[in-house]
Amino acid sequence: MTENKAGWPLYEVFVRPRRGLNHVHVGSLHAADDRMALLNARDLYTRRNEGVSLWVVRSDAICASTPDEQDPFFAPSGDKVYRHPTFYDIPEDVPHI
Amino acid sequence: MTATDSGERALEDRFEAVVGADQRVEPRDWMPEAYRATLVRQIAQHAHSEIIGMQPEGNWLTRAPSLRRKAILLAKAQDEAGHGLYLYAAAETLGVDRAELTEKLIDGRQKYSSIFNYPTLTFADVGVIGWLVDGAAICNQVPLCRCSYGPYARAMVRICKEESFHQRQGYELLMTLMRGTEAQRAMVQDAVDRWWWPSLMMFGPPDGDSPNTERSMAWRIKRHTNDELRQRFVDMTVPQAQHLGVTLPDPALAWNEERGGWDFGEPDWSELKQVIKGNGPCNAERVERRRAAHEDGAWVREAALAHAEKKRRSAQ
Repeated sequence: MTENKAGWPLYEVFVRPRRGLNHVHVGSLHAADDRMALLNARDLYTRRNEGVSLWVVRSDAICASTPDEQDPFFAPSGDKVYRHPTFYDIPEDVPHI
Repeated sequence: MTATDSGERALEDRFEAVVGADQRVEPRDWMPEAYRATLVRQIAQHAHSEIIGMQPEGNWLTRAPSLRRKAILLAKAQDEAGHGLYLYAAAETLGVDRAELTEKLIDGRQKYSSIFNYPTLTFADVGVIGWLVDGAAICNQVPLCRCSYGPYARAMVRICKEESFHQRQGYELLMTLMRGTEAQRAMVQDAVDRWWWPSLMMFGPPDGDSPNTERSMAWRIKRHTNDELRQRFVDMTVPQAQHLGVTLPDPALAWNEERGGWDFGEPDWSELKQVIKGNGPCNAERVERRRAAHEDGAWVREAALAHAEKKRRSAQ
């Protein structure tokens, strides 16, 4: 459901809180076009200096995995404990590792 | 048991496990229909309250006593519009449409908080609304930051941060008036007298008369009962009233040493029922105003869309 009765599509809003950080999803809004989506996002999500940069993207342009956390989609990483540094036993007296 | 039955059962077990472990339910998760319906009703009502809530104070925008007070009041009304939008967006993640919710509000099929059906007669009301009404709203809303439905909980985190400004500006406004003339102090007391009981009613009917509370608590949508939150609000507010130098209009108000809280009188529940039914002092006016704003704004929404369409075509 991305078109409401007024016909304004739904946008997702991402804010970069300050330099050096990633853009983070903060919510959504309706707007007639990209420009209006940016302006509305500024007024709605950054009224108190919450951001230095904004992304807006139409919700129907987002491709998502299924929401289930036990989804087989994420299974490939489930059994690869050797990807984590703690998998390896190193003697305590070996420095800097 | 058929395959669908057991499939449904497994989904329900997953849902119960997520809620039971105090994790968050997210938009595309399976959820019981009644859970979804309860959330849509509650979030929509909450969103409508923010939008309608702009009106009582909006009444004073053009007559604020100074540019400073006017700028503050404008910022507050803008926050309320923002809160309404966060909440409509949260409701939309449950598969409803914002335009449809607005229709339901102006057709009277969905409700908003009864508090906004009282008039704002003096500028002291602006202060008392910030102090008591927003104070009560904060009491209600802080536990909602831990609501089991993720988008609602996240919207509440943003809202609660901003509400704190609303409450403090109200209290500061009242402190300023209390330092003024005798007439100004009387104006504050009069506003407190009118808003105290309706503020207590914001927490809803007493627990014995609140049939949905138990289920909402089991689903961790609600974390405390109406009466618990009301008590918390009274305990927080009495010392603030003392500091301000106003009298809360309740002769039964007394410190109870034994349980470490304030005893207080029973609100007039028949009044709350009347206001919810639509018979409060301003119900008709509030909805009419919202309807007019919606209908008068239709051409703007259509023009914006036509403009977007024209630009899209010329870009092709």
